[in-house]
Amino acid sequence: MMDGASVVDVGRWAVRRRTLTRSLRGRLQGGEYTWAVAFVVPYLAVFATFVAYPVVYGLWLGSEPSLYRELLRDPIYQGTIVNTVLYLALGVNVKMFLALLLSGFFMRPGWWMKVLLLIFVLPWAVPQISTFISIHWMLNGEWGFLNNALYTLFHVEGPSWLNDRWMALGAVIVSHIWKWTPFWTLILLAGRMAIPLEIRDTARVDGATGVRGFVYITVPLLANLYLISTLLSTIFLLGDFNAVYFVSGGGPADSTHVLATLGIRNAFDIAQPRLGVAAVMSALPLVIPLVIVLMRRLRTTEVQL
Amino acid sequence: MSPIRADAKAGGARVVAPPRRLIRRRRYLSHVGVGLLSVMLVVWSVAPIYNMVLIALEPEGDVFNDQLWPKAPSLESFRGVLTEGHWYLEHFWRQFANSLFLGAMVTFFTLLFGSMTSFSIARMRIRHGWLVSHAALLTYVIPASFLAIPFYRIMQNYGLANNPWSVIAALVAFATPYAIFVFQEYGRSIPIEVDESARIDGASPLQIYRRIYLPLMAPALVAVGTYALLLAWNEFLYQFLLLSTKSSMTVPVALAQFLNSDQSPWNYMMATAIIYAVPPVAIYYAFRRRMTAGLTMGGVKG
Repeated sequence: MMDGASVVDVGRWAVRRRTLTRSLRGRLQGGEYTWAVAFVVPYLAVFATFVAYPVVYGLWLGSEPSLYRELLRDPIYQGTIVNTVLYLALGVNVKMFLALLLSGFFMRPGWWMKVLLLIFVLPWAVPQISTFISIHWMLNGEWGFLNNALYTLFHVEGPSWLNDRWMALGAVIVSHIWKWTPFWTLILLAGRMAIPLEIRDTARVDGATGVRGFVYITVPLLANLYLISTLLSTIFLLGDFNAVYFVSGGGPADSTHVLATLGIRNAFDIAQPRLGVAAVMSALPLVIPLVIVLMRRLRTTEVQL
Repeated sequence: MSPIRADAKAGGARVVAPPRRLIRRRRYLSHVGVGLLSVMLVVWSVAPIYNMVLIALEPEGDVFNDQLWPKAPSLESFRGVLTEGHWYLEHFWRQFANSLFLGAMVTFFTLLFGSMTSFSIARMRIRHGWLVSHAALLTYVIPASFLAIPFYRIMQNYGLANNPWSVIAALVAFATPYAIFVFQEYGRSIPIEVDESARIDGASPLQIYRRIYLPLMAPALVAVGTYALLLAWNEFLYQFLLLSTKSSMTVPVALAQFLNSDQSPWNYMMATAIIYAVPPVAIYYAFRRRMTAGLTMGGVKG
């Protein structure tokens, strides 16, 4: 019902816009056209110099096939691929699912929910570097807060978390979830708030409460937002450098790198920039389809909002 | 035991209204559930931040202990940071000023270029404006860290390495697409007839931009401004690669330097991390409503 209405609206808008554009363009006289161009030029210059040029230069740097053969033979690169896939699969999905559930929890009425929400967004508000450094120290095997707490409360000797590949990778993933769940919860909360009250009330009268309300009302209406959020979050996470760099530092023995940090490590720590670019470029088979889908999706929501 | 079971049965049949005792019981259980979940969420959200405060409050040299709360809290490390009292912190205020300068410049140019571009596309309806929107959208979905290596090499070729303007350029390039996005969305709420009537009265495009467009866009400008400021303040990778001397680096780069040394003075480090976190947290809570408005307006951005 809602969709039909919005499609009609969009259609009418498009028609009105087209006629408007046509009439305006006819009247956009010489001087005004110059102004219009002058207003766009600064951004276009920034885009050409600092985005387009580095993209082209990067593609050129990583264009030799021999680089990829060398990468594939490198055991660190092989491990990095596994890490990146795990980081993407767990980081994105656990975080988004938690955000979906928590956004429902924060819909509850009452002053306590408002206060709790303020505390809950703290991880997002505090800068990444501060919190990731703190988490790094928290996980120290001997003097870290986590092991101190485990010992004081349960008399358990905690392991040294960052000295084992899988625990260190787990720590990175959990840190990412800790940092970004509040943000996506806010997004989904805004999405839930946008569901008209009448729909909810009508559904309640028809007996769709609790789980049934979630399955038949919330999920279909949030599906689009959830999908876009998941895709965006995937691409942001793919480019995430800080969580790995500060929590595990890629260690132990370069076993917890992801593509973004491996690229920087290859380019600067072992001074092979082409190999670094190649590592990053090997994510393109995933990046390009994501970018295409996102460009389309974001454009349609732009119209719908 | 048996009355409860009877109650449960009565509640199971939907036609009969559940007895009051069951309602009360259910409400009690949900209260307990909410309480438990709340406690878990608070502990989960606050733990790393508490850890920061805990270590910052330790007196020097006492970081290696197994306490869960500070036995003898001291503000010594904060004083040390603010008076640049440790050799690691020699340039703290300089670095703080660098971060501020970077944030201010990125905010200014993002707002300027973003508003100019969206004015031309959405209000003046320049021909092929959609191409510019697409370029912006494309930038928005390319991970910035993937361009760091070629960007660094280009800046080196231009002799701009170790120059704050190279970082400003990179961050403006990555923040402006979001600005264009949000401005176009927000601009839809301002009727085009406003511009039209100004045009008929003889206002030039520059006058319309300055006297009509910018004042009407004020809420969006605030939202995008805070976004750009926080982006610049929190960004690490480009600043780390492009700013390497102690007097040109910013606070996050200095913090990372701490981390890589063998004998990190952890209490000073955490005090620095807290002082560094205060401005963005304050800004965030002050502009909270505006920021979430911006988020829902322009889709989403992490």
